[in-house]
Amino acid sequence: MTYLIEGETGDWEVVIGLEVHAQIISKAKLFSSAATEFGAEPNSQVSLVDAAMPGMLPVINEVCIEQAVRTGLGLNAKINLHSVFERKNYFYPDLPQGYQISQFLEPIVGEGVITLDMPEGPRDIGVERLHMEQDAGKSLHDQDPKRTFIDLNRSGVALMEIVSKPDLRSPAEAGTYMRKLRAIMRYLGTCDGNMEQGSLRCDANVSVRPVGEKELRTRTEIKNINSVRFVMAAIEYEAERQVKIYEDGGSVVQETRLYDANKGETWNMRSKEEAHDYRYFPDPDLLPVDLTQEFVDEIKASLPELPDAKKQRFVNDFGVAVDDAATLVADKETADYFEAVAESGNAKLAANWIIQELFAVLNKDSLGIAESPVSSDDLGKLVGLIADNTISGRIAKDVFEVMVTEGGDPAQIVENKGLKQITDTGEIEAMIDALINDNPDQTQQYRDGNTKVTGWFVGQIMKATGGKANPQMVNELLKKKLGLG
Amino acid sequence: MNSLTDLTIARSRDGLDKGDFSAVELAEAHIAAVEAARDLNAFITETPELALERAMASDERRAKGAAASAMDGIPIAVKDLYCTDGVATTAGSHILEDFTPPYESTVTQNLKEAGAVMLGKTNMDEFAMGSANITSYHGNVINPWKLDDGKDRVPGGSSGGSAAAVAGHLALGGAGSDTGGSIRQPASFSGIVGMKPTYGRCSRWGMVAFASSLDQAGPMTRTVEDAAIMLQSMVSHDKKDSTSVDQSIPDFAAALTSNIKDLKVGVPKEYRLDGMPGEIETLWQQGIEWLKAAGAEPVEISLPYTKYALPTYYIVAPAEASSNLARYDGVRYGLRVEGDSLDEMYENTRGQGFGAEVRRRIMIGTYVLSAGYYDAYYVKAMKLRTLILQEFQQAFEGVDVMLTPTAPSPAFAIGEKMDDPVQMYLNDVFTVPASLAGLPAISVPGGLSDEGLPLGLHLITKPFDEETLFRVGGVLEEAANFTAQPSYLEGVA
Amino acid sequence: MHIPGDSFRRLKNHLTRVKVVDKATVLNIAKLARIKVSESETENLAGELTNIFDWIEQLNEVNTDNVEPMTSVVAMAMPSRTDEVNDGADAERVLQNAPDRPADAQGNPLAFYVVPKVVE
Ligand SMILES: [Mg+2]
Ligand SMILES: [Zn+2]
Repeated sequence: MTYLIEGETGDWEVVIGLEVHAQIISKAKLFSSAATEFGAEPNSQVSLVDAAMPGMLPVINEVCIEQAVRTGLGLNAKINLHSVFERKNYFYPDLPQGYQISQFLEPIVGEGVITLDMPEGPRDIGVERLHMEQDAGKSLHDQDPKRTFIDLNRSGVALMEIVSKPDLRSPAEAGTYMRKLRAIMRYLGTCDGNMEQGSLRCDANVSVRPVGEKELRTRTEIKNINSVRFVMAAIEYEAERQVKIYEDGGSVVQETRLYDANKGETWNMRSKEEAHDYRYFPDPDLLPVDLTQEFVDEIKASLPELPDAKKQRFVNDFGVAVDDAATLVADKETADYFEAVAESGNAKLAANWIIQELFAVLNKDSLGIAESPVSSDDLGKLVGLIADNTISGRIAKDVFEVMVTEGGDPAQIVENKGLKQITDTGEIEAMIDALINDNPDQTQQYRDGNTKVTGWFVGQIMKATGGKANPQMVNELLKKKLGLG
Repeated sequence: MNSLTDLTIARSRDGLDKGDFSAVELAEAHIAAVEAARDLNAFITETPELALERAMASDERRAKGAAASAMDGIPIAVKDLYCTDGVATTAGSHILEDFTPPYESTVTQNLKEAGAVMLGKTNMDEFAMGSANITSYHGNVINPWKLDDGKDRVPGGSSGGSAAAVAGHLALGGAGSDTGGSIRQPASFSGIVGMKPTYGRCSRWGMVAFASSLDQAGPMTRTVEDAAIMLQSMVSHDKKDSTSVDQSIPDFAAALTSNIKDLKVGVPKEYRLDGMPGEIETLWQQGIEWLKAAGAEPVEISLPYTKYALPTYYIVAPAEASSNLARYDGVRYGLRVEGDSLDEMYENTRGQGFGAEVRRRIMIGTYVLSAGYYDAYYVKAMKLRTLILQEFQQAFEGVDVMLTPTAPSPAFAIGEKMDDPVQMYLNDVFTVPASLAGLPAISVPGGLSDEGLPLGLHLITKPFDEETLFRVGGVLEEAANFTAQPSYLEGVA
Repeated sequence: MHIPGDSFRRLKNHLTRVKVVDKATVLNIAKLARIKVSESETENLAGELTNIFDWIEQLNEVNTDNVEPMTSVVAMAMPSRTDEVNDGADAERVLQNAPDRPADAQGNPLAFYVVPKVVE
């Protein structure tokens, strides 16, 4: 199961650490009262503070602090009651102040852990820290052949940078880590996790080493990857690139690389390696963030049920299989949808219908559960109709088909199309009698011990009833009539 | 009373209240004085129309019996690092030469709401970096105090333009800013009162930043009472500045009771420097005697870390400045000097936009924060700052106020002391310790040097005890009876 | 004027170790600070900075091993704001001082800042 890269000199192990930038859900920016909405007109959400006009000063948004603490608690991490904002100094046109206000030596959240559900079992991945910082603006390089345009709408938006320990060992684990982290933050309501809009971005630190080697080798950093799929693909490419370098007798250079999704390759970002010296120092415009334990406890008490706990509850209380439960809790909307469907009374059936039938429909049209053509209410009714034997599972699929394409209440569909299961034993008994009468050969075969013929009998009845007969009932009656007769 | 420009703020207020003259007449007299004194180069931008407009509004308020404050109708000079809505703000720098803020700093907004009449924006050392007002892109400011040698003297700095304006009777008060002595040292050099309140009393919002943990606004006036009146209209608790303190604001002028009986006056022995001019020592001793005669009790105290204050300051202030001034990059406002690449544009803009002293301090600050030096310099300095603060706190357990000289010399001639930066930095040796500790301090004219140039006495009190500062300052002022006038005024009057 | 606490130390330093800020260091700092310095200025700055840091060196006389670096002179908790949007909806306000602006085909200014092409 372990992910290894087979080389000519032996097997190589991949060591991955992820730095995730997650945009905090807040109306206003971290240090200014400008809006954070996505997709606004250029520079229309830029305060004097965000544009770093002379004499402008930062004042922190209290909700951003709460959100960072909430996220830390969701990662089972240590909340640091004392943390400090520092300035990270560097020049870039989308960084108006010439420094990013960030946390360096004393972040607001310390060590935590994220448990991954891998096919081979659960894996605990360490979280090193979580800190708050400002986002930069956006540089547009494609508007003009000679110039770069700058839009500062994002400048100053609150981010959480969540740094993992180098505990990840495969692209799949990295992908699962991203999804799990995103799920946790969505449950918490601290980050919407929308990677296309940039509210979740990932930097991956990748190195390789021969299996058995203890020391970490030189790593490269792949910056700003904007989808889970690309995270996995970039790591896979980069790991293989590094193995090839070592096997060719070379050595990996510590550098920053970018992932080109079209080519499926990573490439070195900077032609000449410029010296980075961020000259961090505590921001003198701000004071340390000092929280009380009470404040933290209050947030803790208000945390929603998180995926791991929910999964456990689905298994314990609903009897859902562990794998199915893990699938259902992967995002909060699905879990909520499931719970609503499960109200119907049969949770296992609800789980199966969501995972098999509904997901197939959603995947076909790349829909999210929120856009499901079938409401949880209606699916719950459908599951109820199966559970109380009003319709068979077979008929239910037809009803579901109608619900997807035309919509409507399942009971109504069953009624209108006359799909109600035949549960009248007399009616079915009469049909069986007629069948035995008309087919003496088959009846004889059955009596000679060829039980395979049972299937033929069942099929004939189902055909005759248009699938509306209850298969179990048909089986039992057949057995009775043929076996005894 | 010679003319309207010779009044104090307090007497102008009384005259306005009694209807002896109007705010417009007061403004007109000062506008004329400003225009006549362009040789002092005290102003970068004159705003006569704005002044008249505000003076007219002031007269209307008074006519309705609704004067906004004791500052209503008072013509003032504003240091050019306060951002003023629609009025150019340069901070004395080429890099901000064409910058007109679409916003008003909190301090000038407060003054405006109090009814003060802004005459213009005063010259200053570039980005407030200097102690002689010789680093401005707009040229040196000339001290109105002259000697027979005919040499032009510096007004001190960095609030040298405001100091010259107040000393030269071009304005009744000046808004200055003090990072390591930039209000108090020029006040001493110019024979006026200069006061820096407790760090956090005045909002820094809209003040072009030099060193955030040190910058404080303050008044520059011709009397201690005027300083109290003007400060009243500058302070506020400002939610836009995270370091602005929510502290009750007393009636500062009411603190001037002249009663300092049994007050303990600390005299820090470490301020007695080797080689300090005898005239400074003599004045200091005189100051001690004056306070003693008024009933106070002088106590010799020891502040052993004082001698490290200046080198500490020259790590902290440039470090913060190097970061604060990174925003001047030619992208969003101010000067831009094109280049073939982005980095060239940056380097050209900042290389040409900043003057030599600013470049030097940015270099110092960049160096002390850079990898491998941060702990040795910046952290070391912040530790010393802790020691200096603690030392003051301990000393204030035993005394109510401290008395020291303001500056180690009187105003020097332009051209002197200019080749050695360290020599220039020593101008602030007595003012910097209180800055590092965020304490309120005031410079009051004490007398004249042997040559006939003004010398200031410097008082420091506990945080937020501006009242004691004004009270003791008032007693010193009364005792010193400093009536000398700058020779410049003879030519004018 | 005498530099406080200085003469003996200065003498000692000159005999033992003087912290020299050389030209290469000056160029490196200037690069970090994005300030163009001329050849002659590099030379001057090296000398000046050497003197300044030589003077600053006296701080090493003080043992600060058990001293906390100061975080703030004001003894207060950091204030915060509520999460409300009431600023920043005026692009012209932040763009009006821009030294350069791109324009559309008709010559109307676009709501962007602009810099020489950043090559990535
Ligand atoms: Mg990072
Ligand atoms: Zn980051």
